[in-house]
Formats: sequence, C-alpha cells, structure tokens
Amino acid sequence: MSDIDLYTEGAPIRDEKAPEGPINERWDKRRFSAKLVNPANRRKLSVIIVGTGLAGASAAATLGEAGYNVSSFCYQDSPRRAHSIAAQGGINAAKNYRNDGDSIHRLFYDTVKGGDFRSRESNVYRLAQASVEIIDQCVAQGVPFAREYGGLLDNRSFGGVQVSRTFYARGQTGQQLLIGAYQAQERQIAAGSVKMYTRHEMLELVIVDGKARGIIARDMVTGEVETHFADAVVLATGGYGNVFFLSTNAMGSNVTAAWRAHRKGAYFANPCYTQIHPTCIPVSGDYQSKLTLMSESLRNDGRIWVPKKGGDDRDPRQIPEDERDYYLERIYPSFGNLVPRDIASRAAKNVCDEGRGVGPGGLGVYLDFAAAIDRMGRDAVEAKYGNLFDMYQRITGENPYEVPMRIYPAVHYTMGGLWVDYDLQSTIPGLFVTGEANFSDHGANRLGASALMQGLADGYFVLPNTINDYLAAGPFDEVDESHPEAVAAKEQVTSRIDKLLTINGSRTVDSFHKELGHIMWDYCGMERSEEGLRKAIELIRELRAEFWRDVKVLGANEEFNQALEKAHRVADFLELGELMCIDALHRRESCGGHFRAESQTEDGEALRHDDEFAYVAAWEFGGADSKPVLHKEDLEYEYVEMKQRSYK
Amino acid sequence: MNITLRVWRQKGRDDEGRMVTYKLTDVSPDMSFLEMLDVLNEKLTLENEDPVAFDHDCREGICGACGVVIDGEAHGPERTTTCQLHMRSFKDGDTITVEPWRAKAFPVVKDLVVDRGAFDRIIQSGGFISAPTGTAPDAHANPIPKPDADRAFDAATCIGCGACVAACPNASSMLFTAAKVTHLGMLPQGQPERASRVVKMINQQDEEDFGGCTNIGECAAVCPKGIPLDTISQLNRDLLGSLSKGIG
Repeated sequence: MSDIDLYTEGAPIRDEKAPEGPINERWDKRRFSAKLVNPANRRKLSVIIVGTGLAGASAAATLGEAGYNVSSFCYQDSPRRAHSIAAQGGINAAKNYRNDGDSIHRLFYDTVKGGDFRSRESNVYRLAQASVEIIDQCVAQGVPFAREYGGLLDNRSFGGVQVSRTFYARGQTGQQLLIGAYQAQERQIAAGSVKMYTRHEMLELVIVDGKARGIIARDMVTGEVETHFADAVVLATGGYGNVFFLSTNAMGSNVTAAWRAHRKGAYFANPCYTQIHPTCIPVSGDYQSKLTLMSESLRNDGRIWVPKKGGDDRDPRQIPEDERDYYLERIYPSFGNLVPRDIASRAAKNVCDEGRGVGPGGLGVYLDFAAAIDRMGRDAVEAKYGNLFDMYQRITGENPYEVPMRIYPAVHYTMGGLWVDYDLQSTIPGLFVTGEANFSDHGANRLGASALMQGLADGYFVLPNTINDYLAAGPFDEVDESHPEAVAAKEQVTSRIDKLLTINGSRTVDSFHKELGHIMWDYCGMERSEEGLRKAIELIRELRAEFWRDVKVLGANEEFNQALEKAHRVADFLELGELMCIDALHRRESCGGHFRAESQTEDGEALRHDDEFAYVAAWEFGGADSKPVLHKEDLEYEYVEMKQRSYK
Repeated sequence: MNITLRVWRQKGRDDEGRMVTYKLTDVSPDMSFLEMLDVLNEKLTLENEDPVAFDHDCREGICGACGVVIDGEAHGPERTTTCQLHMRSFKDGDTITVEPWRAKAFPVVKDLVVDRGAFDRIIQSGGFISAPTGTAPDAHANPIPKPDADRAFDAATCIGCGACVAACPNASSMLFTAAKVTHLGMLPQGQPERASRVVKMINQQDEEDFGGCTNIGECAAVCPKGIPLDTISQLNRDLLGSLSKGIG
C-alpha cells in the first residue's frame, strides 16, 4: 500500500545529543559535556517561555533563579490556571519508600513497556532518575502531599504496576504541584527575573538567521499584536486533545503555538498517538462543551456491563442478571474490569457500535456498584469513592448509589508533539519544547501518574541543564521590530486576523470545531482504518476550505474578542487534524493508543509490527499546498526486551 | 426549559455597562450554566450581536477561571464553581440575573470578565516558600504530623476564583490571603518566612484596594472549595505575633 499521494519520505533523523555508554551514566555525561554559562553572563541572556503549566512554570522559576531574563506567557488571566491543575491521580517517583523492590531501573522499565516500545530509552531513563528529585523539590516548596500518621509521605499503586510509587495530594495532585511551581514563579516575578505576560497568546514564531529568536503574541485584552525577542524560546504549551472538540482538556487548550512552530520548520512527531481514557462521564447533548474524567480507581470495585440485546431501554435495575453482558469480565477473564486504559476504551466502543450502548445516543456503558454496595456496605463505598459519586451526581443529576453510573471513553492526553532531541531542543535551533507539547517520553501510550512527572522533570531539572549548552554561544545579535523576519512574522499574524474578521460567513467557529471533532473521533479515535482515515482526510480538507470561506467572527481585533481567539485555534486544528490522519494512516500497525483495524491478532487484540514500525515518525511541514515529509528516527532497545502485551 | 437572562454588558474597562435581557428556549436541565451561555453566544453570533464575554477554562471546577454573580450570589445557588452549576438548579420560566464579580480591586475587562491580577500580586508579595530548584533535602527529612498536613491541605485547595471577594460586602480578600498564610504556616518548611510573610501579604492586599475584613463570613459561605473561616483567625494570630515582635 502506498501513500505517495499524501506524503513524501525524507532523510532519517537522529538524536545527536544523548551520549553513548551505560544508560545510567548518560545524563551525568551530558550534564558534564554541556557548555556552561557563568552567572554573570546569564544576566545578558533572555529566554521566552510560552505556557505556565507544570513544564512552563517550573522552567520559568528555575531559569529565573539561575539568573536568566525570563519572559513568561499564558493565555489565561493568571499563570495558576494552566490545565496541569486538573490532573487528579498522582505523580510517580522511584523513591522505593515502600521497600517493595522499586528502583530507577524499574520505573524506567515500566514506562518503556507501558509506552508499547515506541519511546526513547535514554530519555525515559533520565525521567526516572529525575523523578526522585522532583518529590524532594515539591515538598521543600510546601506541596501538601498525603501523609501517614507517622508524618511520612503516603504512596499508592497506580495504573497496574506492581509497586507503590505514586505520591498524591487527595484527588488534586496536579493542582498542588502547579500551585507549588506557580508560587516559585511568582517569587521570581517579584524578584524581577521573570516578566509575566498574562492573557497573551503566541500566534507566530520569529526565526532570525535560522535561530528561534522571538514570538508574535496578541494581547487578548487590547488586541495589540506584539513582537517579543529573546536568545531562546521554550514552548511548554501542552497537548492538542481539543482537536477532537470534546476532551478532558481545558476549553482553551490548543495547538497553535506548536503548530506555528511546525509550519516554520519544527518537526511534529507521532501526531496520531492519542490517549483515550475509559472512565469519563458520557456526552449528554449537542450543547456539551467538555468531558469530565472520573478516576480510574472506580474500576477496582465497579462492574462494567451493557444489556445483551441492543435497544434494551429498560431501567438498568430491571434488567435481570442473565440478560446483562459483563463484557470485560467475559473477554478478559484474568484482568476483568482492570484491563489497561486502551483495551477498556476500545471494548466500550465495540459494544456501543453493536447497538448495545446505554443512555442518550447509545454512547455509554454501565459502571455498576450494586454488587460492591452489597458486599462492602454503602458506608464503605462512600468512604472510598464518595467524592467521585458526588461529582457524578452534580454533573448528571443521577444518584450513583441507586442507579448504575454511565461512563464512556474520552480523549485525555496526546503522546505526540514536537520532535526534540535529548536536550529538548526541536529541529529549529534555539526552540526548546517541554512537557506534553513534546513527544519524547511516553511512546504510544502514557502510564497513569507519569504526565506530572515528565512536566516537572523537564522544567525543573532537564531544560535548566541543557539550554545552557545552546545559550553559551549567546547573546546573539541584537534584533528589533524592524528586522525583516520580525516584520514578516507580524504581517502573517495581522493578515490572518484581518482575514478571519472579514469573511463574515454563516457558520460560527464552534460549529466548525464540533464538526472537525466528529470527524476525528469517528475516524481517528479509538479505532482507525485505511478506508476511514482516507475519508477523514477528504472531509477535513473540505471542512477547512469551508472554514476559510464561511466562518463568522464578529467584532474587531482591538478588543477582548473570544470568538477571534477560538478562530485562530480552530484554524490550526483543521491543519493538525489532517496530519494526525496521515500519520495514523501510514502507521499500519497497532501500538498503544493507536489501534489499526487491519492490524490485530485473531482474537482482536493490538498487533505491533516492530520490524517495520519501531521508529518515531517526525513530520516536516511541506508547505501550505505541498505534502508533509516523513523523517524516521529508528528506536533501539538495549535494556528492555520488546514484547507483545496480553491481558487475557 | 425557557429562561430569561438579564446579563451585564460592558464593552471595556472604562465604558458604561448595563443589563441586557435575552430569552432562551429549549434549555436542557442537564446543561451546565456555562454551556447555557455557550448556546446564548451561538445564537447571538448568528444574529450578528456581540457574544457575551466570560472567563472559563477547565470546566471541571479546579482552575478557578470562571465565576459570575448569579441572582446576587457568587457562583449562584449551589456551593460550587459556576462551571459545575447545572440548569437543573433553576426552574422553567425563571429570570436569571448574571453579573461580573464586583470589587474595586477586580476591574471589569469586558462583560462578565474581570481582572484578578491583584491575587497574583498578593502571592508575589510573600505567598511562597523560598526553595530554589536543586536545594531540597530528601522529602522524608522532615516528617509532618498528619493533622498539620491535613490542615495545610485544606487551606491549599483554594482555586483563586475570587468568589470570596465578590461575596464580601467590603470586597475583602482576607479569605484568599488567609488560606495561603495557613497553608504555608502549618508546614515546617514554611516557618522561616512565616512572620514576615503575613505582614507582606496584608500590606499588598491593602495596596490593591481590597476592603477590610469585618468577620461577616460571606466569603466562606460561598467558597466552592470550602476554605474554612478559621483560616482568618489563624492569619490574625500570625499577624498579631509578627506586629508584636516589631516585624512590619
């Protein structure tokens, strides 16, 4: 099968920065070989950091403390609101406080395996090493992790691993870690080393002499289009799950900064790797704006089922046992309701596709606690899951103690992102990418409690020890707003704004975003096929043309204009969506969150093809009317043996 | 459900505002309050009318971005964030009044959007523990009694939404400041800066034109995260201690 009509293949790509030698010595070697910048010289160097989530705030605080001049940007009204704040479960660290056999090597091993052998060993090993320091750092900042009566930190197990290495702060771990990083950043703002730009959205990257030297940002209150310069630019702008319109991401989460950088030369790696989380509250109507995740821990005691026959709209309590299909327990007798996220999500989709889904639109399955309440008593269930039951009731208006909950999978995290080397530098010199915005650590599937770990590892410990190698050659030549590249970048932004405001068509931005979301969900969601992806690419192209012909954005640029903000983001999602489908089409294997209908075992499980696809797909922007160019980075496994997963 | 909305419309910070009435039909009781506003905005856009600006982001009650006064109450009739309020809390035929947070320290940006930058500046003045990256001892070096850790956590759950200020007749930010003073003050790591922190934060709060606290308690009554009122007592004790030592 050839996709010659959709993309071309370029030269292979390699990470040149990770040192050779034993894996546990590589990070030390790199820190030693990286050029340093002496403290007096740091004052002459400037860094722009876009995004204030865990990866951005931690980097801003740390680089500010080190003495660099940092400018920090976020689209929210305060850096504290970045979407890292919504992470519930916890953060992994190889502390081995439980004396249960954990180690840096085991965390490394679990993460590589969990990523279905599509991540880099060197990066993941460094992540596991940094995990230990992260917990120390956060505790020193005053992050109130859960503690035991002896005053020591509590741990729990998470996501099917066999050790207890997850640190948590009730169900609000992300919030507490982010507030810690935010406070550290605010301290640097007060000290004058970090300058904060809230309600500013990056809309273009400025490249001068081949180096990332600044950004074009729009002040979202006044509409002013500003040019900001620095010696290096860091994107910590999060994931792109909102390409699906409905996801667990915040409403404002978007791909624009990353996509603008991609269009200027940064390769985009593995865009099709999307994590779809099985336990979310289902869609209740067309007006739905976002999906809410409920902790995966519910699957420990709840039983998942659908009626055996389709169209059975009886009250679930009236459906007798022998007319119910506990499909996870039936298909996966050894793991039952506790199969990994990707398996549980796909099984739910399959039973709904068969017409056996429940609730509005038939897109839901029951998560039933009746047996747990009989077995443990209502009080015990309430003690363990009370806050989740309350949240469910607030959103749905149904009492889960009496009626089974309804759940459905939802887009949660994107493992793909801008390609970076071991130093977290993209293919554009001087452009660094951290956190969910880069691709490097989770392969094709992310394990629970690993996103917070990666964001903070990148921002507190990795970037501050690698960006110096680049900055040591600076300060670079002074540039100002009159530089032709800066003028051109600004002109790109203003002409796009003018275009969006003058089309004055007949459809709202949201209507396009919802339609794109449906296309992505139907054809590039939990199960992908050759035919579906090809159809999706056609549909997205048509929709994109219609957007630029018929979108309706009211008002002016020189005001607080939320429709204009959304229009920018959706315009970029309409381009990203196509690349995701091309990436999904070319990867004719199933791995992690990417399930290709054509690549499954006899009993319907995911089937990898390591001989053909053990590589990172790094896509180069080919031009507005040209095909993207695929660059392959081969993945080598020296320390973890590649295996197929099985949960039966 | 059919709903009549009275919404505060204000073009910009220095413009005059006014209440404007809109009618919405076919509102589902399962919609969140913000989804109801989304529906209104889609309708306004297609009618060539400027959509209503409002702040929102995570829509799961944790980022603190959203917040409007609904029928005179910050975040509306339920004790939750505006994004977690659902239309089933209202009745068919209701008229609902929607206004921005009202406080001198929170100037209106547009319609229902206000500038809460003053909260960030209060944190900048001292709402942190100085712990530069890389300097931390092992996380277990300092055991913390569970009751202290729990109390710190309860105070740390503040989402910085500003409902406390909006609900207070004096537009005081005392609960916000007290939550941070309590969070950091309960922990051993927070002790070295404890005495100066409270003074600096109170001074900044005054500089931002927030009103004084007269112990009315409306703040804690509307707080979607249930920050307890006794954090303010804690703050006052700390403040008294600092002042008596001549700090500040």
